[in-house]
Parts: sequence; C-alpha cells; structure tokens
Amino acid sequence: MSLATTNYLTPTGREEAWRFTPLKRLQGLHDGAAIDGQRTSLVTKSSLPVGVNFVRESLQPLASSDDVIIERVRGLAEEVSHLSIAANCELSEPIFLGRVLGALDTAEFSRVRISLGAHAVATVVLENTGDTVLAEDLEISLAPGSSLKFVTIQEFESKSVYTARHHAVVDKDAHFKSITITVGGDVVRILPTVEFIAPGASAELLGVYFATSGQFFEHRMHVDHAVPHAKSRVNYKGALVGRDTHTVWIGDVLIRAIAEGTDTYELNRNLLLSDGSRADSVPNLEIETGEIVGAGHASTTGRFDDEQLFYLMSRGISMENARRLVVRGFFNEIITEIGIEGVQERLMQRIDGELEKAGV
Amino acid sequence: MSRLEIRNLQVSVNTDAGAVEILKGVDLTINSGETHAIMGPNGSGKSTLAYSIAGHPKYTIVGGSVTLDGADVLEMSVDERAKAGLFLAMQYPVEVPGVSVSNFLRTAATALRGEAPKLRTWVGEVKEAMEALNMDPAFASRNVNEGFSGGEKKRHEIMQLELLKPKIAILDETDSGLDVDALRIVSEGVNRAKDKNNLGVLLITHYTRILKYIKPDFVHVFANGHIVEEGGPDLADKLEANGYADYVSK
Repeated sequence: MSLATTNYLTPTGREEAWRFTPLKRLQGLHDGAAIDGQRTSLVTKSSLPVGVNFVRESLQPLASSDDVIIERVRGLAEEVSHLSIAANCELSEPIFLGRVLGALDTAEFSRVRISLGAHAVATVVLENTGDTVLAEDLEISLAPGSSLKFVTIQEFESKSVYTARHHAVVDKDAHFKSITITVGGDVVRILPTVEFIAPGASAELLGVYFATSGQFFEHRMHVDHAVPHAKSRVNYKGALVGRDTHTVWIGDVLIRAIAEGTDTYELNRNLLLSDGSRADSVPNLEIETGEIVGAGHASTTGRFDDEQLFYLMSRGISMENARRLVVRGFFNEIITEIGIEGVQERLMQRIDGELEKAGV
Repeated sequence: MSRLEIRNLQVSVNTDAGAVEILKGVDLTINSGETHAIMGPNGSGKSTLAYSIAGHPKYTIVGGSVTLDGADVLEMSVDERAKAGLFLAMQYPVEVPGVSVSNFLRTAATALRGEAPKLRTWVGEVKEAMEALNMDPAFASRNVNEGFSGGEKKRHEIMQLELLKPKIAILDETDSGLDVDALRIVSEGVNRAKDKNNLGVLLITHYTRILKYIKPDFVHVFANGHIVEEGGPDLADKLEANGYADYVSK
C-alpha cells in the first residue's frame, strides 16, 4: 500500500522511458492517484484440458522491474492469476483468456503469470476488451524445450487505459513467440520484454498497431541477450490516421559481452495514412561482443506508395479499395501468424471498419 | 470496335530543374484488332507515352488529347481508364506486399465487371489463364510481384491481360528481360487476347525480336518525343538492319 501512495518514483515525463507517454491521460496509474477498485478481471474462456490449471495464488515476481507502474502493481496486487501448463503437455487447441468486470472510475492492478513446464507446447490468446483502467504485470516463464505462442489483442473501448509489461523468461532451447495486436483504447503502453537465461533460447516478437482519432499506443521492447547462442526477431508494423494520433515503438536489444553467437534482427514499419499523425520509431542496438552471428535493425515511416496505388488502380481498382488492399496487405504478414482463422478475420474486419470511419 | 485516338499529345515531367517536356506532340490512332509497334531508342519518350495514357500522376499533360471511342481519357482517373477498356502491361510491375495474386486478380475482375465473378467459374478461368502461360498453380498464393523473377512478372502482366479483357492494351517493353522461351509464351498470350477479344495493341519495344512473334500492322519510329517515321512491318526490318542512328541525329 505504501508504495502506491508515495510518489518519489512518479515520472515527470523527462525520463527516457516516459518521454513520449502522455502522463495526464494515464488516469493516475503512474502517480498513485488512481483508486484501486480491487478487481480481478482476467478469466479463462476455454475449458481447460488436462495438464492446464488456472488459479489465484501468491507468487514472487520472476524478474525485477524498473517500471514505476509495475512497482505499484506489485505493491497493490496480493495474488497472481496463474495459468500453468504442465511439462510435456502439447495442446492442440489455443487457450483463450478474456476480461470481465471492467470500470473506468477506479483502476485495476493486476498480476498474471503464464508458465510452461519443460517441453510443453501451447498457444495462449489474451483478448483485452471493455472499459478499463488497468495496470498489469504479466510474466511468462518457459521451461527448457517448451514453446509458447502468446497472442494479445488490445481491443479496449475508446476511453480505456492499459499499461503493462509482458515479460518472458526463456530457458534453454525454449521458443517464445508473441503477437501483440493493439487497435483499441485511449492510451495503451506495453513493454514486451524478453530475457534469455540459457543457450538455445529464441524469441520472435511480432506486433501490429493501428491507431486512429487521437489514440496513443506505445510498444517498448527490450530483448536481453544475457547468454550465448540465443536468437531474437522483432517485427512490428503500425498504421496511423487522424489528428493527434501518436504511436511509439522503441526496440531495445542488448547483447551482453557473454552473449557470443547471438542472432538478432528488429524491424519496425509505420504507415501514415493522413496528416496530423505522428509515429516515433527508435531502434536501439547495444552490442558488447563482436562474436555474434548477426545483429541488425531497420525502421521506416512513410505514406502510401504512389506506385503501388497506381498499379492497383490501373487494373480498375478504385482509390479507396486500392488503399484498403495495401493496408490489409501491410498488416497481413503479421496477422496471418496468429494462425486462428476466426480471430484473423475479425481483426481484418475491424481494420477495414476503422479505415472506412477515418475516410481513408 | 474501339478506337484510341492520340492527338498532338504533349507531356512534361517535373524534375528538380523544373518541368521538362518529354512528349512533343504525338499523333496516333489505334483501332480494335490492330497492332502498332512503337520503336525507338532509349530515352525517346516511349514509356512516358504509355504511362501518360494510363494516367500515372508523375506526368503532366501540357497539351493535346487522348480519346477512347470519343470519351476524354485524360479527364478520367486511373481506375476509370481501366474500366473504359485500357490496359498497361508495365515494364516494371510493382510489388504489393501482403496481397496475394488471387486476391488481387479477383478484386480487379470485380471492379472491371461491376460484380464479383462467381467463385466456381472464376477459379477455372484463373487456372486456365495460368496454365496457358505455363505458370505454377502455387503462383496464385504468392504476393503480387514480390520475389517474382523478371519472366514471372511479365507472365503475370499478360495473364491479367487475358483475364481482364481490355479493348486496347499498351505493352511497355514486355519483351525486355525475357529469354527465348518466355518471349514465345508471353507473345502467344498476347496473340490469344488479340484473337479472342479483337484487342488493339500498342507494342512498345526497343528491339525487333518480339515482332517475330507478334506481327505488327503498323510500325512507328519514335525519337525525341514524337513519331518521326511510320510504315508497315517492313520498316521494322529496316530498323533491324540500320538501327536508330538516322533518327537520333535528326
């Protein structure tokens, strides 16, 4: 309790980690002003197969954090919603998690754990919906040889605020793949972070964000190559439309001196669909050893490619449909990685709908 | 029966050094069923003519007119020109990431026909068009022009020509970058479209070799932004023997 009411940690906006975030729109999550509504919104939406459990329990954090909101969450949330998948359990169907009990007048401080035992294989889909002011510390642990595809879809209502860290700790030969889709909410700030703890670990962080009419979406990755022979790939794609719409993508990759044989590449592409929007894109690659397989990054921000539109229109396709095809195609590369037909179709329809509303 | 009439067409392009005039008064009439070859040295403005007719935003029409069956083409948007019956097979077809060939073709056919083609007949149509051009069926699920070889891009253009059934087609250096086999396959596709749809063709090329496969009714020599000589197929033979030197120096 004491942590939440003290404000010595409160960011001012001058800190590197907060310099883009509109603090005034965080509904007091960052400065202790938010009132704890004592809610627990996370629920499972699938029946759980043998070997999978979902319980509320006390757990120590997996990893430390220097994020002030995560500190506040840890001070306030007493129990953790824990989805565990037992060792050697190979799930053929995805597990769906969702939200209930949203509210805008008070805040929720949530801790979540997803853990996979050795050699477990699973897909977990977290569908974030509704009205909410939610700060979340979500930690994922992958035991040796396990593999998780973790899909989060931020489809919050228009006044919602979501600030979260999605932190994965990846053990030997385990593979973590995250697909982060952010399309709804007033302010969404997610820290998708990965920590490798043994050689042979790998991570693929994919994301799509589509911000319209003044929304603020921030995705701030951090991949810590603290062991040799780990591999990481980051690919985030964003589109923006409307006045004062703002997205931020930060890609921090740290290759420590010990991390020989590291293989990493990160990519961020932004498509500005109208005037008045702003996309910040900052790849940061810090390399402490030269004994690596590869390390690179690329970042582009641009408007519609006239040549693409001309090509499509020269085949009779209207300007409107040509733009829709290009945007759909732009996102398609990531969306199809979800691998769940119904979810993909719903997201594409949502994107089409937003494009139409925005008059693109 | 359709007729594309180009009258005294003057076109400029904006560069850092200001507007540069590229087409300096082009006159040309193409009727359904006719094949016109436009031949000329590099930089003579051949591609500018093709792109100006298709409506590329890079080019500014300074004067003259282009009409298709009397309708003012220059007033039309790019997609309206396609709907009116014009087709441009591009020298450098553009990549469209994330958009599959099958999705692209169906969207285009829907736009041009005014309604979505019935799925069953459409699948057959596409399959037939692909087989005729010796294309792997897996091609349909690839992204438009992404990672295509030069030959694949040109086959894809001609496949569209056959599927979309325009009245008048402009082929901008469709022969460039093709080996002998691909040139023959692509030319056969153009000839099929001519036979089936009574297509009028404006064939832009630098070399005479494609004219062995696609027989022109008229040959126009293009230099310095306009047509400098016109004749029948035998004019191509003269160019083959003498090159463009006579025209460039003029």
